[in-house]
Amino acid sequence: MKQKLKEHKEPFVRIAKRVKIEWWKAWGIRGIALVGALLVCAAIIYAVVALNPLQVYKAMFEGAFGTNKRLWVTIRDMMMLLCIGVGLAPAFKMRFWNIGAEGQILAGAIASAACMIYLGTLPGILLLLVMFLCSAVAGGLWGLFPGVFKAKWNTNETLFTLMMNYIALQLVAFFVALWENPRGSNKVGIINPNTRAGWFPPLFGQDYALNVILVLALAAIMFLYLKYSKQGYEIAVVGESENTARYAGIRVPSVVIRTMTISGAVCGIAGFLVVSGASHTISISSAGGRGFTAIIVAWLAKFNTFVMILIAGLLVFLEKGAIEIASRFDLNNFVSQMIMGILLFFIIGCEFFIQYELKFRDKKHKEAQA
Amino acid sequence: MSLDSLLALLQAAIVFGTVILFGSVGEILTEKSGNLNLGVPGIMYLGGIAGLVGAFFYEMNNPNPVPILCLVIALGCAIAAAVAGAAIFGLLTITLRANQNVAGLTLTIFSGGVANFFGGSLNRLAGGVGQISVSATSAVFRANIPVLRDIPIVGKLLFSHGFMVYLSLILAFAVSWFLKRTSVGLNLRAVGENPATADAAGINVTKYKYLATCIGGGITGLGGLYYVMDYIKGTWANDYTIESLGWLAVALVIFASWRPTRAIWGAYLFGVLFWLYLYINGLSRGTKELFKMLPYVVTIGWLIIVSLRRSRENQPPASLGLSYFREER
Amino acid sequence: MTNEIRMVNIRKTFGEVVANDKVCLTINPGEILSLLGENGSGKTTLMNMLSGIYQPDGGHIFVGGREVVIRSPRDAFALGIGMIHQHFKLVDVLTAAENIILGLNEGALTDLKAVGVRVKAICDRYGFVVEPDKKVYEMSVSEKQTLEIVKLLYRGAEILILDEPTAVLTPQETDMLFAVMRNMKEDGKAIIIITHKLHEVMDISDRVAVLRKGLFIGEVPTCETDPQKLTDMMVGRAVSLNIDRPEPKERRECLSMKNVTVVDSDGVKKLNDVSFTAYGGEILGIAGISGSGQKELLETVAGLCRVCPGGVIAYTAQDGAERDDLVGKSPVEIRNLGVRLAFVPEDRLGMGLVGSMGIPDNMMLRSYKEGHSPFTNRKKPKELGAAVVRDLEVVTPGLTTPVRKLSGGNVQKVLVGRELAASPSLLMTAYAVRGLDINTSYTIYRLLNEQKGRGAAVIYVGEDLDVLLELCDRILVLCAGQISGIVDGRNTTKEEVGLMMTHLSAAEEGVDS
Repeated sequence: MKQKLKEHKEPFVRIAKRVKIEWWKAWGIRGIALVGALLVCAAIIYAVVALNPLQVYKAMFEGAFGTNKRLWVTIRDMMMLLCIGVGLAPAFKMRFWNIGAEGQILAGAIASAACMIYLGTLPGILLLLVMFLCSAVAGGLWGLFPGVFKAKWNTNETLFTLMMNYIALQLVAFFVALWENPRGSNKVGIINPNTRAGWFPPLFGQDYALNVILVLALAAIMFLYLKYSKQGYEIAVVGESENTARYAGIRVPSVVIRTMTISGAVCGIAGFLVVSGASHTISISSAGGRGFTAIIVAWLAKFNTFVMILIAGLLVFLEKGAIEIASRFDLNNFVSQMIMGILLFFIIGCEFFIQYELKFRDKKHKEAQA
Repeated sequence: MSLDSLLALLQAAIVFGTVILFGSVGEILTEKSGNLNLGVPGIMYLGGIAGLVGAFFYEMNNPNPVPILCLVIALGCAIAAAVAGAAIFGLLTITLRANQNVAGLTLTIFSGGVANFFGGSLNRLAGGVGQISVSATSAVFRANIPVLRDIPIVGKLLFSHGFMVYLSLILAFAVSWFLKRTSVGLNLRAVGENPATADAAGINVTKYKYLATCIGGGITGLGGLYYVMDYIKGTWANDYTIESLGWLAVALVIFASWRPTRAIWGAYLFGVLFWLYLYINGLSRGTKELFKMLPYVVTIGWLIIVSLRRSRENQPPASLGLSYFREER
Repeated sequence: MTNEIRMVNIRKTFGEVVANDKVCLTINPGEILSLLGENGSGKTTLMNMLSGIYQPDGGHIFVGGREVVIRSPRDAFALGIGMIHQHFKLVDVLTAAENIILGLNEGALTDLKAVGVRVKAICDRYGFVVEPDKKVYEMSVSEKQTLEIVKLLYRGAEILILDEPTAVLTPQETDMLFAVMRNMKEDGKAIIIITHKLHEVMDISDRVAVLRKGLFIGEVPTCETDPQKLTDMMVGRAVSLNIDRPEPKERRECLSMKNVTVVDSDGVKKLNDVSFTAYGGEILGIAGISGSGQKELLETVAGLCRVCPGGVIAYTAQDGAERDDLVGKSPVEIRNLGVRLAFVPEDRLGMGLVGSMGIPDNMMLRSYKEGHSPFTNRKKPKELGAAVVRDLEVVTPGLTTPVRKLSGGNVQKVLVGRELAASPSLLMTAYAVRGLDINTSYTIYRLLNEQKGRGAAVIYVGEDLDVLLELCDRILVLCAGQISGIVDGRNTTKEEVGLMMTHLSAAEEGVDS
């Protein structure tokens, strides 16, 4: 044995798990992270367009809330993100990594668009109901497949759902070619532009009021379902430990399949919102990466619907604001994705400081002497 | 199918496969340390755009670019950016112990934004017009040996490619050898299997995780560079192809059951499946799109088969996806 | 050339919990030191600071008179300190030789052949057997333990720390381990054995150091003390070491298993043609090396394992009227048959309870489905939870505190409390006192005896043969999924049971007394 008796210095900083943290401290840390993120974003925008940070945020604010129309578009997109987050919540609570929201949205969107195209003659309310159901079923199916294989053979759900995204994407590409209008444009174009069949009707004079009502209703129902229903209890137990669930007499496979179907169905409804409540068309960018963003929203909010609204609002504000900056300076819209990424890095990273605390060397010595 | 079109298919498959092979080999190295980095598409984005930007500025400022400098600059930029991306992921998951899935997805969102933003706006920011193009650098990346290339059949199949195709193969074998035969490779495998054990054996878990993640990220980034320089010949396209290739690379890791050498034929198989639709006659535009699903459908099929067989040796590293804290009680 | 190790005024806290405070300990070469203390007294934490897993919050460690800071296991190795943890630190998919050289970086390339030769030399010197090419997942528990010791010796450890090494061994394997430990002592190594078993302390060690609630109580040469004195030091007051065993009254058949075979998903037979009867009013102990089929036996009764065709599990209700075959029934179906079955599984937080939920939500784990409403009724579980906290003196900051945050003993009380609340006719417990302090252990024994007195059939799976022999009316011994015998708890010996744990045909005459 080598006797390497070096005089070791104690490490400068050690980490220890926090026992508890006051709520104001936790939110203080999150607030600092948020401010940090906004500063970094401002610095980057300044580096690119040389606009002073205050003006940057003024412009962003105008981009998101500047006019009534913009405000409603921001709200609409927020609701969209919230809807997907609500859909993902039960799957994540079950510790099932459904990263297939993108595909489930597209599946719902295809179903909605198909109803609009082929059933455009049905009376308004009935058509909307049919579209709602069909998109939920389509999205549900997209969640059902990976759910079944996970339940039966424990097939890796992360990659399964991911691949299902691309299958849905190619399906959309197929239907775009099929429904192309006008010919040769490689686009579906606005569906039913004259009859507006299958479009969300304006409520209280607002085009997107129905989106808000629908999503908030879904969010409320999901909250109650997860918190108070027996099925919600089962989801929580399965998520914690499959062994415990078996012990409690819960049939784990059927809970997995049921929950994934529900999760997919709500994401499918998000696809219905895109087609019927927003764009009135379908394209391969109908989901536009929101399925992935919503995963982070749902996870960060720890399935708390209220927090989900906050985070979704923040992200959509950044997105709209960044797009405004981009259009003023003739840059492309991807700047919004970049900024969103930075913000998320900060929020994800700051959770560490809530879970753990740092103990510095000097402090420790003082403690020891005391 | 004629011989010519078969050759063309295989050739295209190798080009396609090389992109995801880089991604897979890098990700295998990363995952062997227990880090599941879903930021592979993002890191490929970063590698691609950084290589492109580096070459772009070099070519813009030098009317007669020196080939070797083109190469060094593009490679250097790509690797540096990819390692930086992986380091962000490492910081979040290893030091800050964030959830790996979430951190990886965020990295992909962020890097996709960065890459497409610069890819789309760079020319304008630099005061030019139109698309970026780095023809000189791309030519270096696509250079091959004239004599060998002209050998019938074999030449076209094996020697018509740029050097990065061979680099990807060398890396795959090298990583495989590293994991199997070296002491450091053994330690790395232990870190991914059981970090507490590795720690108790005196292995610096944090250091290994960081190094594996960053080096793996560097290799992954080369996939993006190859895509930009060879696959689309030194331009940029905001069409999300890199992203889908990146996800296929992640899937290929499972397909290859964490063995780099097995990833080689898997990568080329994916290439064949992806391009097959071009070589089947009588497909309409719509059905072509359906055909493009093949690699994804096959991946799902393989996932199911793997889960049915459940052999002890084909399992992921046991602690994959979990963060490690020594004083966890 | 080893130097003695001194630990002075060591302090370590986890959040608000003080794990060690003012602990002073000296370890000399060529001696075996027992570190004695109840579960949770901070023995393992203390040793983890010596082996570099934890950092002390205060105090000093001296090796050979020089103060050292041990920041990592690597630092500990450099000082010649090696520790064998209770949960083995081995990588399952690697071979023995690969595990041994882990982290050593002897050469750039791994040379497993050379390792094999050197391992052989170590084995010959101390009397071990290790197969260098065997994968760890193919090894038995005692093989793994041997591998751990060899791993440390290969690294040149002079001070070996063994954390509860005998918990998973049969008496015979324990004897072999002790023989090897004595060989190592002769060789000049210092050995620390962490334990709470008194007879082992008396058997193997030269000196005993006692910890209680994280504090250093004192140390004595083993030859100057006896088990009762040590217990008093360990617990802090005079305690009786005897476990009650009332005579069974009104034995009646409760559960009868016939020809039950269970095969796991890999096709391995976990239970092989098992037949026995459990009677109401008695405690049936189940002994065996860990992994001999104890878990499967209980889970099969609970409806969690599939039984191969031909097996019968007959349940007789307390009034003796009906008999039901439980084979092929799910836990819910068994419950609906009116079988009052309580089951305290080995993995408390991973199977018996939901760690992230509070006590009320855990109370309804097995009964949440009652009633037709799609929503859960949380009123009754809340009352039950409060009752359990009151009756069993569960220490918790609040009713809704996640049970994961409670200490091991309180977790077990919550679980046992829930299971006993349904006044079971059949109670199954697996390792019910593992990790609990003496007080809580005796509470559990008392509760089991109460159930026995009520006329319930109690099945007690245990690992400590001393306890099994004192508590149980009959002891069923499992060996590799088969019953190697059932003996009378009142007139058997540890050696007999230990032999049956490893050999199938022993004590045939004792079957189903």
